[in-house]
Amino acid sequence: MEKEKNSVWKPFINGLINENPTFVLMLGMCPTLAVTTSAINGLGMGLTTTVVLAMSNIIISALRNVIPDKVRIPAFIVIIASFVTIVGQFLEAYLPALNSALGMFIPLIVVNCIILGRAEAFASKNGVFASLMDGLGMGLGFTAALTLIGAVREILGSFSVFGISFKEQLESIGMVPISIFVMAPGAFFVLAGINALMSVIRDRQLKEKGESKIKAGCDTDCLSCGNDSCIHKFYDEKGGAR
Amino acid sequence: MSTLTELLVIAVGSALVSNVVLSQFYGLCPFLGVSKQLKTASGMGVAVIFVITLSSLVAGVIYKFLLVPFELEYLKTIVFILVIAALVQFVEMFLKKSVPSLYQSLGVYLPLITTNCAVLGTALTNVQEEYSIFYGVVNGFATAAGFAIAICILAGIREKMRYNDIPKPFRGMPIVLITAGLMAIAFCGFSGLL
Repeated sequence: MEKEKNSVWKPFINGLINENPTFVLMLGMCPTLAVTTSAINGLGMGLTTTVVLAMSNIIISALRNVIPDKVRIPAFIVIIASFVTIVGQFLEAYLPALNSALGMFIPLIVVNCIILGRAEAFASKNGVFASLMDGLGMGLGFTAALTLIGAVREILGSFSVFGISFKEQLESIGMVPISIFVMAPGAFFVLAGINALMSVIRDRQLKEKGESKIKAGCDTDCLSCGNDSCIHKFYDEKGGAR
Repeated sequence: MSTLTELLVIAVGSALVSNVVLSQFYGLCPFLGVSKQLKTASGMGVAVIFVITLSSLVAGVIYKFLLVPFELEYLKTIVFILVIAALVQFVEMFLKKSVPSLYQSLGVYLPLITTNCAVLGTALTNVQEEYSIFYGVVNGFATAAGFAIAICILAGIREKMRYNDIPKPFRGMPIVLITAGLMAIAFCGFSGLL
């Protein structure tokens, strides 16, 4: 019983912390930096991506024995793009404010490496339920990361978080919001800070316990990278899908 | 405004003022992943210019003559990503067969470009801004040139930075992100240009 419970929750913990797609795998950087000007936007983007990831994982996993191996990447892209279009239309109809805040990054979910990466690395090899859990775990890891970055940027840059403003109180004691944090450069600085913090935690764990479950971040040139399972690369040099 | 000035405004705007990587945040994966050496970074830049210019043209033609007449505009995301993926594969095969020397220098970058969101992003921006096909191609070229400029600058800085004594937690990605952030501040200065 214990083991079974463990196997259901394992992808969750994996995606949320140990293999966090944003902080550890450095995937899906574009929406991570672009839409996180506030915690709400980060949360919205994260949840939208999670929905697309979970649904496409389910379908891809269900069709994994039907899709011919040679055309699987184009097939995955069509499935993902269909869900992105559906979710995009849904947001346009029911959540127009969020839709205009996220703008171009809704259709660009298609090229978010996390989704195609999970399709290739997990959903095309595992059962429907496991793929759903994997999608939710990875998606929520992404959501947590985006919300965290959004919250840090909003607190520092406009003295508010989740619509609660404490600007007046802080300004009355002479503090001014550091508006660069809600502008483009701030996104880079906040992510760099969080990354450095992860690396400090990892080093400390390594020193104390001799091991750390947080994986080391990737720092190789994609071109000279020999890691075949890396999800930045979808095609090999021999041409055609891997 | 004459056509030429209009084109120049679009080009400078896309290449420098709202730089595709540093202020729009498109194409960050190759920007961070292929910027260790100036040589490979400039190769990536050229390959991206090639693919984005070509895909702007093809996507523009398909949108105008296929999607609009049949009122299928809402399918643009699916159609564009398929066109881009097919185009990249086609360009790769064409270069391999016909221009092996060019394939030697650009071929290795092509597989990394399909999922570069700058390509899809530019095609979608062209449609959203209602550019004509020609304007779209110019915008695509300028956007890609902005990407090439940014990735070459970052690679140059990273080459120099290799010999610096960086605090341990910041080694690897964090210092690259900080560098990119400082570059973004510098590029904010271009906003006075238009």
